[in-house]
Amino acid sequence: MENQIKIIIDGQEVLTEKGKTILEVARENNIFIPTLCHFMGADPKANCRVCTIKIHNRMMTSCTTPAADGMEIENNTPELNDIRKSIIELLFVSGNHFCPTCEKSGDCELQALAYRYQMMVPRFPYDFPQKKIDSSNPKILKEQNRCISCKRCIKTIKDEQGRHYFAFRNRGNKIEVVLDPDLGIEISDELALMAMKNCPVGSIIYKEKGFEKPIGTRKFDKTPIGS
Amino acid sequence: MIEKSQITQILQNYKNDRYRLMDILLDLHKIQNYADTETISYLAAALKMSRVEIEETISFYHFFSMEPKGKYNIYLTDSITANMKNRKGILETFEHECDTKINSVSSDGTFGLFTTSCIGMNDQEPAAIINDVVFTNLTAYRVRELVKGMRNGLNLEDLMYENYGDGNNADLDVRSMVCNNIRKKSIILKKDYKPYTFVKSGIKKFTPAEVVQEIENSNLRGRGGAGFPTGLKWRFGSQSQGEHRVIICNADEGEPGTFKDRVLLTEYPEMMFEGMVAAAYATGSDIGVLYLRYEYTYLVRFLNRILDSMRKQGYLGKNIGGVEGFNFDIRIQLGAGAYVCGEESALIESMEGKRGEPRDKPPFPVEKGYLGYPTIVNNVETLVTAVKILHFGAKWYSEFGTNDSLGTKLLSISGDCKFPGIYEVEWGTPLTEVMEMCGADDVQAIQVGGPSGMMVSLKDLSHLNSTQLMKWYKPSGMEVAERFIDRRLSYSDLPTGGSIMIFNNQRDLLGEVVMNFMEFFIEESCGSCSTCRNMPYVMKTKLKKILDGHGVKSDIEDLLSWGKTLKASRCGLGQTAGNPILSSIFNFRHLYEKHIQSLTEYDTDFDLEKSVQSYQKFVQKEPVLFHMK
Repeated sequence: MENQIKIIIDGQEVLTEKGKTILEVARENNIFIPTLCHFMGADPKANCRVCTIKIHNRMMTSCTTPAADGMEIENNTPELNDIRKSIIELLFVSGNHFCPTCEKSGDCELQALAYRYQMMVPRFPYDFPQKKIDSSNPKILKEQNRCISCKRCIKTIKDEQGRHYFAFRNRGNKIEVVLDPDLGIEISDELALMAMKNCPVGSIIYKEKGFEKPIGTRKFDKTPIGS
Repeated sequence: MIEKSQITQILQNYKNDRYRLMDILLDLHKIQNYADTETISYLAAALKMSRVEIEETISFYHFFSMEPKGKYNIYLTDSITANMKNRKGILETFEHECDTKINSVSSDGTFGLFTTSCIGMNDQEPAAIINDVVFTNLTAYRVRELVKGMRNGLNLEDLMYENYGDGNNADLDVRSMVCNNIRKKSIILKKDYKPYTFVKSGIKKFTPAEVVQEIENSNLRGRGGAGFPTGLKWRFGSQSQGEHRVIICNADEGEPGTFKDRVLLTEYPEMMFEGMVAAAYATGSDIGVLYLRYEYTYLVRFLNRILDSMRKQGYLGKNIGGVEGFNFDIRIQLGAGAYVCGEESALIESMEGKRGEPRDKPPFPVEKGYLGYPTIVNNVETLVTAVKILHFGAKWYSEFGTNDSLGTKLLSISGDCKFPGIYEVEWGTPLTEVMEMCGADDVQAIQVGGPSGMMVSLKDLSHLNSTQLMKWYKPSGMEVAERFIDRRLSYSDLPTGGSIMIFNNQRDLLGEVVMNFMEFFIEESCGSCSTCRNMPYVMKTKLKKILDGHGVKSDIEDLLSWGKTLKASRCGLGQTAGNPILSSIFNFRHLYEKHIQSLTEYDTDFDLEKSVQSYQKFVQKEPVLFHMK
């Protein structure tokens, strides 16, 4: 077994093959590492930093780092969990996330992680920034108040020619994810639905479909994330 | 809209290659100073991209625009040294004379007035870039004169009536009023080496492996700031497999307070390019790129002339230096205004026409870099130094410096001192000596390594012994200083990419300096990581709260603890973006304590009666307050 390697996550030995990321190995072994920007099937671009782990005392992101033989990884430690929690809190205060009125409540990964890490009141002051809602597209509502700039829609929603429907605009804390006005006008029902589904929060809403699934029957309503 | 034929011509020049989007946009901005919607749509169709994908790149860079700009566009630097030299007054004069506000265009479209991060002129502030021409040492009088001249339609060159700067600044292809201000020369700056000697004759005496070995023996470490061993980088690069290999010279000198690369580019460009040739020979590379920050556009014509002359002499091109099969050429890639592009993988992204967002590592650029090829990115100073090492030998070089930091370092010194400029000093030089050198006799604080470095004082801090604290303001994984007495410049004590800024005892360190640095990081974050996108802003808000007199004890502890989250960022910029606050708490804690309400656990500075006064006035009714004494 030339390809077999052994890594250690929080003291637990795990056998796997070469060529996988630490996150993939952890998931195969039912070890929970939180993620937000990661999306199965798309190239990882560690934007959210929530899956941060420590390898030999150095912080790395588990979604991008390939597992290598003999790696000793810290994952479920008070220090890392506090950093993860603080990142979730940062995302809450830098946007306007009002869960009770959000179409995605119960299906939202940010909300689910906040519950998992028992966020009560964020340690950071709320900023309540002024953000826009772009409702110009006939099918998609782009709610910038809830966007966490994870890039999932940018990476996964493309046309046959590989052109992107979504893209970043500006930089730093002025960054926005915008929908292409030309391509967007002809977006298929299928892609529009996919865009809403791939969004970890409630920033991309397929108009009139937001509440199709009743509250109480949604993904995290009865089973917390990572359980 | 720009004429379709012109756009088509530009696109053809770059073979409709979307990876050359930076050059395409730079050329378009030369024709029209902004990209309009129709032009973008036309580009998008030609490059088979969506409109927002093009706009994604445009909106990332400071010198690109999607809004019309002025006929004359004034970019006034916002570096801290400019602010210390009455930038405010200069700005007010510009605003008044141009009849516009900062970051907008005058109603008649003549003047665009914009703020910009440090432009590498810290030794001659206040400075501004007007239509790519640099104007230094501005005074209110000069500003009035300039604006008047521009209103009268004078050429910018005619407005530069002062003498040209020294050395090559007066070259026919530069013609700039920028001055070199070289104050101290040592082994690297000393002109005891005839350029191209190595390519001409030295190269045949070495095999590529021997070149790598010689650099490894010299223990040369990257001079951009991170200090990665150069020889090791070259070795990794030479061992990676790829159809091509790429050498990039990183001249995106963006760390505020740094300007030594500007001087090297002006006075030692032959050696820099020769260093690239040597690196290419050592690693078997065939593609060379000089990534030059947009602020140094005024040097492009001059640098291209040198490349041309190198080609003519056979130092670039085919079979260089008579070595059969050694083919290598260099092109210049301009940036468009983004500090983060100094990070090597962000620089590569930018070269590929994208936003300058750093890449996740691994893979490292030496394995998979520009267009997927193994890529070696070296700083200007590193390459110049490498040439001297190859000429005089690693043994010669290792006689200078300290055990862990061999050789010398170019310092860019600015701020409150008599002689700002470039100083080449040996590693291990104590900070006190550096202060004497540049004539700084009233020193409150020294910012070593720019805003991402550390703010230190000359006082003995040995009693603090907070190794734990130090960890937070060095990038993850870098070694940590053991002690802080008798501070010296070295990779283990005070590492620096060269920026040294001095602040005297009259300066308001927190309100003036630290605030400026935090605003810099907020402005220059690429926005990719959630941490660096949001945390500097949150920390700055907290600092503001403290400065406004609303701070309490726990606020200082909060800042220290919040700074930890930044360590989870992808690149060095994000990881160090809290350093201005963290290092000033560490070394100047008394300044924070002066502002906080030290006896209370929560903010008591809330006056209920005062707060309801306007309400009271409006409803004309006395409120019933039960908290009264």
